[in-house]
Amino acid sequence: MFIALEEIYRVVAGPEPYAFDTVATLVGIYCILTLGLNTITGIAGQISLGHAAFLGIGAYTSAILTTRHGWDFWPALAAATLVAAGAGALVGLAAIRVREDFLAITTMGVNFVVVAVFLYFPFFGGAFGIGGIPAPRWFGEPLGKPGFSVLVTAGVLVALATNLWLLRSWAGLALLATRDDEDAASAAGVDVRAVKITAFTIGTALAGLAGSVYAHYLTFISAGDFGFPLSITILCMLVLGGIGTNRGAIAGAVILGVAPELARPLADYRMLAYGTLLLVLMRWAPHGLLGDEGLLGRALRRQRR
Amino acid sequence: MIRILEVVGLTKRFAGITALDAVSFTVEEGQILGLFGPNGAGKTTCFHCLSGFAVPDGGRVIFDGREITGREPHAVARAGLARTFQIVKPFRNLTAAENVMVALGHRHYQGRVALLGSWRGRTTRRQALDLLERVGLGREADRKAGVLPLGMLKRLEVARALALEPRLVLLDEPLGGLSHQEMQATSALIAALRSEGLTVILVEHQMRVAMALVDRVVVLDHGALIASGPPERVRSDPKVIEAYLGQDAAMGAF
Repeated sequence: MFIALEEIYRVVAGPEPYAFDTVATLVGIYCILTLGLNTITGIAGQISLGHAAFLGIGAYTSAILTTRHGWDFWPALAAATLVAAGAGALVGLAAIRVREDFLAITTMGVNFVVVAVFLYFPFFGGAFGIGGIPAPRWFGEPLGKPGFSVLVTAGVLVALATNLWLLRSWAGLALLATRDDEDAASAAGVDVRAVKITAFTIGTALAGLAGSVYAHYLTFISAGDFGFPLSITILCMLVLGGIGTNRGAIAGAVILGVAPELARPLADYRMLAYGTLLLVLMRWAPHGLLGDEGLLGRALRRQRR
Repeated sequence: MIRILEVVGLTKRFAGITALDAVSFTVEEGQILGLFGPNGAGKTTCFHCLSGFAVPDGGRVIFDGREITGREPHAVARAGLARTFQIVKPFRNLTAAENVMVALGHRHYQGRVALLGSWRGRTTRRQALDLLERVGLGREADRKAGVLPLGMLKRLEVARALALEPRLVLLDEPLGGLSHQEMQATSALIAALRSEGLTVILVEHQMRVAMALVDRVVVLDHGALIASGPPERVRSDPKVIEAYLGQDAAMGAF
């Protein structure tokens, strides 16, 4: 299946594209990020404009453990996930005390603070970041490009499975209820505080997992990789695909992950495009393409009549 | 006769206004108590204090012998005290059945079980459908709550409250905005609840229908309790008439 995708990509991308493996791996990481954001914002309805910070927390945790303390990749991956989840739980606690609009600002602030910490504290390598991050080892052999594709795919499957299992669990129903009406949810026996903490913890854990994979794939990370623009990019992907749905999360990540590669000159204007796209979507198509009331669904229904 | 609810000296202030002023009353199990009074009397504030949406500044709320003063709304709901909202609050993106299922999960939300069990089973669906049938919404089970008309949403609120298997239900203006036919149906439903052993506190402005339903009445005005007793006696209490006349003589309810 990858070979077929690779061929399609080669045809569409035109001359001198980035290697398929690179794009595929990055798109996979985007998928894990959008799926995690979907847990927080799509399912539980908690706005989070700082998701990239947790990618960074996972990346730095994994990088530091492997480069300075000799940890193997796999335990570092687990640690990255846990540390990011812990940080997410703290943000979840903050979400309890602030209203929606202030939560947006708070999460934005978290993003900036986290990046600043990475940048200004020498412990994190400062402006130079952390380099020489070792490749993961699988039965002694370092993971090559195809290996990373498998790893990332596994990560996406884990993220997807997490959301699907959450959605069918009572906890998931509680999250959906909280999204629609917190007071009614409380009156129905839902502990809204626990819901907010749970949503953030799960979503940021996934981001942390993605962060570890990201760090070991690029072998070099720096604070600037995890800034607010990336958070907006992830949100834009999720909204384009269809916020609240897992298929939307994946579709959005694929479309906007691949797009800059296909329209290379426009790639420089990426942030302008994403920002504008987000505004346009929120105004005219808030359910995106594949959301429950998404554009594609409505177009298909019109066809049937 | 069990005293299912004891309200003692309940007081609530909002920035200088005393919304509830040392209100005290009791409710016997199996009764329908009418909580009446002109607009702004403090009826909904009273409901908020009873159900945990507002923390009283003074007084106590004792439900089934247990102190629930100031407890969180979800804890009060899980303890068996359910409420509906004056302005309906449906889960708009969920279907009517799913709306009810949220409340059906009240036992599952505590602890680890929440993450393990599934709500998509047949038993849960059966329970939700039964509750919807009871309030006359059986056919709307799979429609999104967001598209249902007000009358149905009011009944959905009741179904959700019943899903908590409560012993006491607070109904906040369940007849508001309903057609005559819908009012009759809802009124019959409330009477049916009583015959099943449920206790109901009813806040209503539709006096003709409400007076026929209730066993006892408690009347608030400007946060103070001005009358309590059987409906026939209260309706002719001069203090009550004056309170309502001052509010809206055109109501002509009495």
